[in-house]
Amino acid sequence: MRYAILCYHEEDVVWSWTKEEEAAVMDRLRAVRERLTKAGKMGPSLRLMPTTAATTLRKSQEPPLVIDGPFAETKEQLLGFYIVDAADLEDALGIARELAAANPGGAYEIRPVALFNPDERPGAPA
Amino acid sequence: MTDPAWIDAALVAARPRALAALLRYFRDLDTAEEAFQEASLRALASWPRNGPPRDPVAWLILVGRNAALDGLRRRERHEALPAEETISDIEDAEAPLTERLDGAHYRDDVLRLLFICCHPELPATQQIALALRIVSGLSVAQIARAFLVGEAAMEQRITRAKAKIARADIPFEAPGAVERAERLAAVAAMIYLVFNEGYSAASDSARAELCAEAIRLARLLLRLFPAEPEMMGLTALMLLQHARAAARFDAAGEIVLLEEQDRGLWDGKLIAEGLALIDKAMRHRRPGPYQIQAAIAALHARAARAEETDWAEIDALYAALERLQPSPVVTLNRAVAVAKLRGAEAGLRMIEPLAPRLSGYFHFHGARGAFLLQLGRKSEARAAFDQAIALANTPAEAAHIRQHLDRLIGESAAAPRREEG
Repeated sequence: MRYAILCYHEEDVVWSWTKEEEAAVMDRLRAVRERLTKAGKMGPSLRLMPTTAATTLRKSQEPPLVIDGPFAETKEQLLGFYIVDAADLEDALGIARELAAANPGGAYEIRPVALFNPDERPGAPA
Repeated sequence: MTDPAWIDAALVAARPRALAALLRYFRDLDTAEEAFQEASLRALASWPRNGPPRDPVAWLILVGRNAALDGLRRRERHEALPAEETISDIEDAEAPLTERLDGAHYRDDVLRLLFICCHPELPATQQIALALRIVSGLSVAQIARAFLVGEAAMEQRITRAKAKIARADIPFEAPGAVERAERLAAVAAMIYLVFNEGYSAASDSARAELCAEAIRLARLLLRLFPAEPEMMGLTALMLLQHARAAARFDAAGEIVLLEEQDRGLWDGKLIAEGLALIDKAMRHRRPGPYQIQAAIAALHARAARAEETDWAEIDALYAALERLQPSPVVTLNRAVAVAKLRGAEAGLRMIEPLAPRLSGYFHFHGARGAFLLQLGRKSEARAAFDQAIALANTPAEAAHIRQHLDRLIGESAAAPRREEG
């Protein structure tokens, strides 16, 4: 089963990490990712820019309304996600626990993927 | 989850919102600061044991408020009752506190907290020191280090500034639209002062931290006021300038000019975020000084090599900035672009009329010297560089000009007669 692991955390807290803390978290995450990639479980992942860089297109009216900022104002923001292949939910939770040990605070939402369109452009970045 | 680094980051992140809310309840900065301090101490004791609360900011506000109330009640027994208005807001505060607190609740509180640091009677350096102490929560020692003064002197400076704002009587009602816009503009200017304090001496790490702090405050404000194009512009401007930090000084701490910088050292992540923000801001079609300056910085960031810089567009943007915010410094910057486009002669013609107003400005004499040098007017260039050195704000600025002078002296020693002829 393919899962998305959606990463939520308070943006303000993540921005308040010192450079050293940020580097330490990234190093630990890289190690976990490499291990899971070798195990054939880790797919693509990405980190999002802060929600201040976000723009929202509200489709509830015609023409859709463009709004500055994220879709929902929440205490914890969606900061990025991983795509993983796991045997079952328990396996997916295990992956999330490994990531959690490397990156404290916030929450991971483990969400089964219903449809996955891979990047099919010729010469698409890996 | 409960390691000390995470708790520290959580407290730093929560400080502006929690302190701003406490300030509204108590209407007294010292009481609010003590309340936040007490709440932070209790967090350090409680969070490692019980895990962090679901909403650290609300936790800190509640705990801080109760701790300060206990303190006030204890004092009541010994002293006269506190003034009625000191506690009048507290009962009203109970209900909203138990609700979910979202960004809208903090918006005007955080703005007010920043705004009290912008008191017009406070000189720029005191505004910066106050914001760093109150809003960012930096220690007096840290701020003293950034300003290269002793701790006692800084303590005194902050105490005096606080006394002044205590008398200022900032209204605590929610501001109207016009007042809110005025506060935002004042706060944006103050945040940019914090940034420039760090930027002017980025080779010194204690001061370079100020740049990161200014960006953190700008992002916080932008999250609370997500549709303000000038806040986007300010944030973008600082991100784009800070992205060049690693390339702006060489190993010896000497200034490296923009066109000579190793662009591989620029921080691509900060640039990408800056470009995204300026892109968003432009959609509003409400240009302002920060957006235009950010757009100029964006043109530099987009040039893969110095030779690919779009000087014509930069000239046009400076012209727009001159119309919006006429200033001899803006014209001076525009002259650099004009010199790139049409030669040093054109640049020089543009800045000559500025001499009476910029005679005490380091960069004026530096730019004038550089133009004169390009035109081969060496003795005049030397005189201009001498004036620049006398006005340098940092040792790095002086050293940079001295390089020009050394080269000039070296050349004139090799061919002494030519210069005069």
